[in-house]
Amino acid sequence: MIEIKNVNKWYGPSFQALKDCTTSVAKGEVVVVCGPSGSGKSTLIKCVNALEPIQGGEIILDGVKVNDPKTDLPKLRSRVGMVFQHFELFPHLRIVDNLCLAQEKVLGRKHEDALARGLKLLERVGLKDHAKKFPAELSGGQQQRVAIARALAMDPIAMLFDEPTSALDPEMISEVLDVMVDLAREGMTMMVVTHEMGFANKVADRVIFMDRGEIVEDAKKAEFFGQPRSDRAQKFLSKILQH
Amino acid sequence: MLGSFDFDVIRRALPYLFLEGMRFTLTLTVLAAFGGLVFGTLIALMRLSGYRLLGRVAGIYVDFMRSLPLVLVIFWFYFLVPYIGQWLTGASRPITVGAFASSLITFIMFEAAYFSEIMRAGIQSISRGQPAAASALGLTYSQTMRYVVLPQAFRNMLPVLLTQTIVLFQDTSLVYVLSIPDFLGAASKVAQRDGRLVEMYLFAALVYFVISCVASYGVRRLQARIAIVR
Amino acid sequence: MGTGTYLDLLLAGLAVTIKTAILAWIIALAFGAVIGVLRTLPSKTASWIGFGYVEFFRNMPLLVQLFLWFFVLPELLPKAAGLWLKQLPNAPFWTAAIGVGLFMSARVAVQLQAGISSLPRGQKQAATALGLTTVQMYRYVLLPMAFRIILPPLTSEFLNTIKNTSVAITIGLIELTGQARSMQEFSFQVFEAFTAATVLYLLLNFVVVTAMRFLERYVAIPGYISGK
Repeated sequence: MIEIKNVNKWYGPSFQALKDCTTSVAKGEVVVVCGPSGSGKSTLIKCVNALEPIQGGEIILDGVKVNDPKTDLPKLRSRVGMVFQHFELFPHLRIVDNLCLAQEKVLGRKHEDALARGLKLLERVGLKDHAKKFPAELSGGQQQRVAIARALAMDPIAMLFDEPTSALDPEMISEVLDVMVDLAREGMTMMVVTHEMGFANKVADRVIFMDRGEIVEDAKKAEFFGQPRSDRAQKFLSKILQH
Repeated sequence: MLGSFDFDVIRRALPYLFLEGMRFTLTLTVLAAFGGLVFGTLIALMRLSGYRLLGRVAGIYVDFMRSLPLVLVIFWFYFLVPYIGQWLTGASRPITVGAFASSLITFIMFEAAYFSEIMRAGIQSISRGQPAAASALGLTYSQTMRYVVLPQAFRNMLPVLLTQTIVLFQDTSLVYVLSIPDFLGAASKVAQRDGRLVEMYLFAALVYFVISCVASYGVRRLQARIAIVR
Repeated sequence: MGTGTYLDLLLAGLAVTIKTAILAWIIALAFGAVIGVLRTLPSKTASWIGFGYVEFFRNMPLLVQLFLWFFVLPELLPKAAGLWLKQLPNAPFWTAAIGVGLFMSARVAVQLQAGISSLPRGQKQAATALGLTTVQMYRYVLLPMAFRIILPPLTSEFLNTIKNTSVAITIGLIELTGQARSMQEFSFQVFEAFTAATVLYLLLNFVVVTAMRFLERYVAIPGYISGK
């Protein structure tokens, strides 16, 4: 479904954010990407839907080359859902309008259809009562659940999560993770940048460990948690698991 | 002296002052603010487009306009607009442009420079995640601007835009230099005709003062309300 | 007339513009400083006076204010004083400088108030704790920092002052715009006259901006914002 081949990315002439990254995500697979901050994991996931341009290699999404200038990026992006660290709901639109905007403007759905779809997803994330509110009236966890619903409303073939819980207060993390676990169990193709190893343990098929722009480890979940091959991954794991 | 203050002069002039003068002033203010906002937003988008040349051209326009006194710009356009019109329409002689059209074009072009700076600040005040989220949903650049970025920028900047419009309302009095009967021009005409400068100018000052005060009070109220909502 | 004399006329206009603007700016700074300080004092009366002053000068077009000073004020004064005012030589110049100066002083006051309120509260407390009087506190602690902070906006207010002197064309001041305008009337060389005036305004702007940048660097305090 997602193929990442020898991807290189620089910020400016001297700083290389991604070094020769190669990996893939198969249909129905859940892949967790972890690593210390500044390791390039968020950059990598943003390259998948071309929010960040790449300078070398190629990324293929459901058979379409992402970094081809001829690719219709808006159309491609509308088929992949993305969830951001800071939710990025549109603050000037009510919750329902946040859900409907792209369905109507990008997919061309009629308002009633978009609304029906949006409300159904709101119900699914347990927020139907908040449909008429503005984003600022919701808690962080609620906003992130809306953001997931907004992405799902586009009927995506895959979902990208960029540190979806790291801006949340601890007591709100589980309500978001629960939604994500359900989604994974239903067979959604997912690429998730996160430090939540509990989540990885529960639903991930594979775990990727990145450091300094490189993919250091790319292993089946059991292997990764059993005995990571690299020192760096071992160190990282011991740091975040010891508490 | 105030003893000889003639209120009747003002009373008799009221229909002319308001139906002719103030109507001209208000129409000019509203249309120029609207046109200036549209043009200004385009200029701001050009400056932020990432295309070097486009950004430079827009930047030079803004700096140029902001370096010149409005009075000089009014004279420039009054003189140039007929020639620009000739060039645009391909007419053989400079076209005649009415006083209203000429001042409207002047104020739109002049105010666009100031409005563009406000809109630029407004667009830049929006976090980068917003356009990223919009394009992740598949919205194109123009859809992102139209539905996500500009509505927020406009809302954030509304008090500043309105304050600038009050300044514009006062600045329209400068069309006086073209002997156009806006509100001040009308007052001045009556003042000269009846030899009643004191009454007419005091009255004009009072009217401008009251309108501007009420308007800026409204803006302050709005600002307080927005501050609470955030 | 040759081009030499045209240029002389424009330069004479430029000189009037500069003279008027500088006098107006001195007035604006002096009055603006007082009013700006008034607005930050704890006294209710003081801040009301400051507020009233600013609203008065901000809510009337500059042109109308100039008319009030030029046409209306002499009539409202006692006869002798009014007559003296009317017969003052160079009346348009003095009216323009004072009128534009007072108009701009309201803006300077607003900037200064913002500058003073942006200073950390501890500064005031520290000054008071050291036993400084209110006047000393403003003179030695608050104003030196506040003025440095608002130097960039003051630069643009000074540029506005220069531009605003052109409004005095309406009370008969022959400054740069007025000179270009009158040349157009007697020589019909509109384009040349306005272009020359435009270039001179751009030059003046450039000189002021450059000078202010030097000033900013000169008064910059190491480790503080404007020091970059």
